[in-house]
Amino acid sequence: MEVLIQLIFFLILLSAGYLFGKIAEKKHYRSIIERERQWMQIPTSSGRHVFATDKEVQRVRLATGSVVISVDYFKRIVAGLRNIFGGNVQSYETLVDRARREAILRMKESCPKADQIINLRLETSSISKGQKNQVGSVEVLTYGTAVYLSSAPAAKTAKHS
Amino acid sequence: MFLTNTEEIPGKQITRAYGVVSGSTVRAKHAGRDIMAGVKNIFGGELKGYTELLQESRDEAIKRMKAQARQLGANAVVNVRFSTSSVAAGAAEIYVYGTAVSVE
Repeated sequence: MEVLIQLIFFLILLSAGYLFGKIAEKKHYRSIIERERQWMQIPTSSGRHVFATDKEVQRVRLATGSVVISVDYFKRIVAGLRNIFGGNVQSYETLVDRARREAILRMKESCPKADQIINLRLETSSISKGQKNQVGSVEVLTYGTAVYLSSAPAAKTAKHS
Repeated sequence: MFLTNTEEIPGKQITRAYGVVSGSTVRAKHAGRDIMAGVKNIFGGELKGYTELLQESRDEAIKRMKAQARQLGANAVVNVRFSTSSVAAGAAEIYVYGTAVSVE
């Protein structure tokens, strides 16, 4: 009897995780795609130099964005099974993908008037690593240099090409 | 105080370098936040409490780095890098470092 109760409890958790996790992920992806379109005006690169402009740089500042996202119960179980058979753990792939894109968006939202963001760096880690009752959560920190350009083009002698 | 993570500040000239400055914070998790995290663990989604925690510690680390740079007489920090690690179970460290310079 006790085994049965445990099994039912496990199944409830599993289905709740599946259902709510799926809904949350879909919603999140929709919002990410929509906001990515909205913030496309800020070109972002991981290169070190200001690119594709003949305007003068007015000022720069450090822009950061971060997010912590947790995986749902169903996906954790699936990932656990994957550990036995090997192969791509797709449930975690979408988790880190969502977290990174969200963090980049937050960085852009922190400097809405910037003209471009250069030298983008991403840092991924886990708060609760090494814990027994492991939280399958990922923490992403992105940072870059937001560049504000002046509205007038630079003189012909400017260094930037 | 200018902060960038590029080697130079676009549109500015570096006149003097003072060396590496850094700041770090170690933050422990909050019991209340942890309960919420447990719930989120079933349904998935963003752990807002932890996002805030991360943000606060990052700001604090930057503040400490800036204070150190100011003490040296610098007015900018270039090549800023962040690094996160978990020191112990449930405690996260944020470390930020960069090169203090003078620009004009």
